[in-house]
Amino acid sequence: MSTILIVDDSKLARIVVGKAVASVQPGWSRVEAASAEEAESLVDGADVMIVDYNMPGCNGLELAERVRGRFADMPIALATANVQDEIVAKARSINVTFVPKPITEDGLRGFLSGAALRLKRNV
Amino acid sequence: MSGAFTILSELEHDALTELVNIGVSRAASSLRKMVGQHVTLSVPSVEVVTRKTAAALIRERESELLVAVRQDFEGAFFGRALLIFPLASSVELVRAVTGDVLSADEMKEMESEALAETGNVVINSCLATMANMLQKPLTMSLPQVIRGDGRLFFELEEMDTRGGVVLFLYINFSVGGWDIRGYIAMLMDLPSLDALKSLINEFIQRVIGPEGQSNEA
Repeated sequence: MSTILIVDDSKLARIVVGKAVASVQPGWSRVEAASAEEAESLVDGADVMIVDYNMPGCNGLELAERVRGRFADMPIALATANVQDEIVAKARSINVTFVPKPITEDGLRGFLSGAALRLKRNV
Repeated sequence: MSGAFTILSELEHDALTELVNIGVSRAASSLRKMVGQHVTLSVPSVEVVTRKTAAALIRERESELLVAVRQDFEGAFFGRALLIFPLASSVELVRAVTGDVLSADEMKEMESEALAETGNVVINSCLATMANMLQKPLTMSLPQVIRGDGRLFFELEEMDTRGGVVLFLYINFSVGGWDIRGYIAMLMDLPSLDALKSLINEFIQRVIGPEGQSNEA
């Protein structure tokens, strides 16, 4: 069974992402982190990660970069409404998928399905 | 914080912060297009305070003259939105938006117009995002540029009898290498804040569904 780590400082946002994941990938288990620091302590048990961009302390892109350094193949998505060129380019350069906020099931489906395929292939 | 209200529950506050976060993230993307440089945002802090406390909050942080772009909004909830800068930041912002094409004199002439236009883009991105997510349209007045201190900005004569409060959103943003920082404040009276509160609750119900706050689907 695959585990997705949901990182967002907003509880509501974590609930919304959790719901979308449950609906698209009902077989996955979900783990939540409210900060980048907490995420780093939980990421070892995760196969997929979705991370909010604008968080206190370490932002989502910095977290994604660190996680990418440890897990070269992990499907990672960055969720944000902040679609500035610099952020999009940086996300692409570390192979992180862009997901628009507000999160919807449709907005997340492409990433989740792609991630599921990649995980199957890697088994 | 002293002077803060507990009008909103923890989850309501969380939801409002998330709405504002999405709104200002869009505003940053719009501003990015205007200045051609990367705009960095802090995580917004959202507090409901009295107008007096809001003025004091600004005074504590800023000693110099302030400039604000002001727009009134009206709909299911109504009030006034302010984008507030220290004077030096406002000059830098105008310079960042207009680029190096203007002379010093031209820039002075353009300053209010450029500020109004920038404020309009930022405030509209923010409020339009909130209105869309809350599914209630808001109409916006034209932007007005005002100068003065915090007290002046938070005076809202017609709301005095109904207990004006300020939804004080504090964000720091910087543009490229420029030293620009600003604040966003929304002034609402208590009935309006109540209306916003119930819209936030509808929004929460919509996004997390009938199973309530349970995280287990």
